[in-house]
Amino acid sequence: MAVLRLPYLATAALSGALFGFGLYVSQMVDPLKVLRFLDFTAIPSGRWDPSLAFVIVPAILVMFIAVRISRRRAAPLFDTDFHEPEYKRIDRRLVGGAAMFGVGWGMSGICPGPAISLIAFQPDGLWLFIAAMLIGSLAGSLILPSGHRRRLADAAS
Amino acid sequence: MDSFTPLTATLGGLLIGLASAVLWLGNGRIAGISGIFGQLLPPAQTVVWRIVFILSLVGATALAALAFPQIGVGGVEPAVLVTPPAAWSLPAPVWLIVAGLLTGFGTKVGNGCTSGHGVCGLARLSLRSLVAVIVFFGVAILTVTVTGIV
Repeated sequence: MAVLRLPYLATAALSGALFGFGLYVSQMVDPLKVLRFLDFTAIPSGRWDPSLAFVIVPAILVMFIAVRISRRRAAPLFDTDFHEPEYKRIDRRLVGGAAMFGVGWGMSGICPGPAISLIAFQPDGLWLFIAAMLIGSLAGSLILPSGHRRRLADAAS
Repeated sequence: MDSFTPLTATLGGLLIGLASAVLWLGNGRIAGISGIFGQLLPPAQTVVWRIVFILSLVGATALAALAFPQIGVGGVEPAVLVTPPAAWSLPAPVWLIVAGLLTGFGTKVGNGCTSGHGVCGLARLSLRSLVAVIVFFGVAILTVTVTGIV
C-alpha cells in the first residue's frame, strides 16, 4: 500500500512542515491580521492591511508551476494517481457552502489551516472553535450525497 | 499599528505554495486543510498521512515561532482570538462556536477552504474554485463590515 510507505508519509510531513512555517512567517496564524485584510471599510482611511493578498498570490504561482509540471507526468512520485478533484458542477452546494464558510471566516478571521496551526500557541477559545469546526464538518458530510451519486449527476449535466 | 508586512507575507506565501507543490507532485494530493482535517473521521480511508501532515504542521508552527519570535504573533506577541463586537452582546464562546460550525459545515459542503480552493484550485484553473473563492472572500468581507468586528 503506497500510502503507508516511508517516502509517502515523509512527503506529507514535509508538506505539513512547510505549510506551518509559511503560516507563521506570513502571520496568517493571527486571526486579527486576517480580519484587518477582510476589513475593506479601512481602505479609505489607509488602515487596511493588504498582506493576505501578498501571501495567497505567490502561493498560487508556485502551485501553478507544480500543476504545469504534473500535467506532463502520468503519476506523482509516490502514488499511482494524481487525486484531481473530480466534480465540475457549480451548484447550490458549492455556492452555499462557500457562503457559509465566508460568514464563519468573517466572524473569526480563522480558516481551517490557521485553526490547526494555532494549536501551537493554544489561544483561549481555540479548542471550542476546532471542536465546532469538526462537528460542522461531520454534519456537512451527513447531508452530502455519496461520491457515486455526485458522479452520476455530473455525468448527466 | 504596523500592519502591512509585504516581505514576510510573500515569503510565507512562497512556503505555503511550496507545501502544496510538494504534496501534489509527491503524493498527488491537494493540500486543502479543511479536507485533510475533515477526513480524519469516518468514513475516511487514508487517515495516517493526514495525521502526519497535521502533526507536522502544528510542530513546524511552534518551531518557526521559536526560531523567529520577532515576526510577531505566536512569538513575541501572544496569539489571541477575536472578541465579539460589543453591539452583538454575545459571549465569546458562543461567537466562536457559531463561527466554527459555519466554517466546518461550509467547507465540507463547498468542498474546500482558502487552501484547497484558494491556493490549489485557482492554480489548477478550476472554475468551481474560482466561484468558491469569490463567494467566500465576498461574504467574509461583507460579514466583517456588517458585524463591525475589526
